Amino acid sequence: MPLITCSNASFAYDGRTVVAGLDFTVNKGDYLCIVGENGSGKTTLMNGILGLISPKSGSITFGDGLKSTSIGYLPQQTPAQKDFPASVHEVVLSGRLSRRGLRPFYSAEDKRVALANMERLGISSIARKSFRELSGGQQQRVLLGRALCAASEALLLDEPVAGLDPLVTSELYRTIKELSLDGITIVMISHDIHAAVEYASTILHLQNHQLFFGSALDYRGTDAGRLFLRGGASDAAV
Amino acid sequence: MQLFDMIAEMMSFTFMVRAMVVGLLVSLCAALLGVNLVLKRYAMIGTGLSHVGFAVMAIAGVVEIAPLSVALPIVVGAAFLLLRLNENSKIKGDSAVALVSTSSLAIGVIVVSLTTGLTLHICNVMFGSIFAMTQADMYFSIALSVAVLGMFILFYKQLFAVTYDENFAKATGTNVELYKSMLAILTAVTVVVGMRMMGALLIASLTLFPAISAMRVCKRFLTVVITAAVVGVVCFFVGMVFSFWYDLPPGSSVVAVNLAAFLLFCGVSFIRRGGVSV
Repeated sequence: MPLITCSNASFAYDGRTVVAGLDFTVNKGDYLCIVGENGSGKTTLMNGILGLISPKSGSITFGDGLKSTSIGYLPQQTPAQKDFPASVHEVVLSGRLSRRGLRPFYSAEDKRVALANMERLGISSIARKSFRELSGGQQQRVLLGRALCAASEALLLDEPVAGLDPLVTSELYRTIKELSLDGITIVMISHDIHAAVEYASTILHLQNHQLFFGSALDYRGTDAGRLFLRGGASDAAV
Repeated sequence: MQLFDMIAEMMSFTFMVRAMVVGLLVSLCAALLGVNLVLKRYAMIGTGLSHVGFAVMAIAGVVEIAPLSVALPIVVGAAFLLLRLNENSKIKGDSAVALVSTSSLAIGVIVVSLTTGLTLHICNVMFGSIFAMTQADMYFSIALSVAVLGMFILFYKQLFAVTYDENFAKATGTNVELYKSMLAILTAVTVVVGMRMMGALLIASLTLFPAISAMRVCKRFLTVVITAAVVGVVCFFVGMVFSFWYDLPPGSSVVAVNLAAFLLFCGVSFIRRGGVSV
């Protein structure tokens, strides 16, 4: 049974349909990349998967025991967050919130998991630093650490490499690939089409409707894929 | 020694003891809740709520009903409305708050001028009457601070998550609306209680200054919360002593001390960063 099933779903903001005709499944262990131009409905779909908005028609269902409390999420940062007075440790630990439920404080186990995730991402040395003092790449790692603390099954990433330099970007991609190989299901929104076809197992191409859904290998052969890959290449050259 | 004598003298008046108890507790609550408001960029909501409170109190004074019993539900309602407006409406956050707060002020003034005119009652609503605190006010503020402190201790991690990243908390299965509602209700109650002591025009400063000062020097959320609480309480106490000593209006003295503390914290942060930037 698939982890996430999206059947003929559409999503709307303020009554205006943003993306429609969504029909895809995410299986356990998949690495799905959602690609498409700005405004093509990628973030809207992710908000739908996360349950932040409900589909206008059709449905999105979780299967195979997936619950919202076993999903980790790396959102795009808001300006308020960039300036937030919180230590790296506080941010990463807050990923354990949903596990803890209504019990007050975090347990020793929560702190151990947070520490393990910080070590895995190479940020344990800056645990006591303030989030707002970090570089963009470090901030993304911290948010990834928080997402990992929440994710036992699936990790949803919304443009995790936006604004990062090429070196940090490829490091972050490698880290995400390692997590995928560890068995965590990945759903990632990306602008970077070349990295998407390189790392992901499946591709979902949106253009306010579903243009393509299938394996990354098949995607290279389609018209949409060829066009988008070429466009992406010329973008990268600029 | 002179200072201690004077504080002892201050405390020999029942009205002063009540003013101190209510004031210190309300300052504590306002400072704690203010951390959330400031970090969520809802800072103006305190001002908006106090102006709504002003209109309600003015009308209540004219038609002679107990101001608290009408002000509380209406201001709580306004808090929900303003927080909703902040989220999803065509009129965005700060403009929505400005609209609500100036219209309330205008309606309050119209009602007052049509009826009693600008009396002492109105003056008290605008600038507060800290020495008119009753025993009931005292018990009420104790209950309020137990509620606020209890929330911060029991739900600290939820409050952090809701303040830091609401969508993440919601997406990973936390009932964000519940905690936001608790914050909205307690903020509204704090504003209403604090307004009677600080005045509608000045109460918002008790929610803003401590959090903003704390953010100058603290790097962690926990230390911001604790520092804000301490700054709020200490500034209130010092402000009251000043006002007693130099015979100044109490509410304004407290705000002036808060401003001084803010400048001090800015200075500390400036020096810490090697004088590069604030």
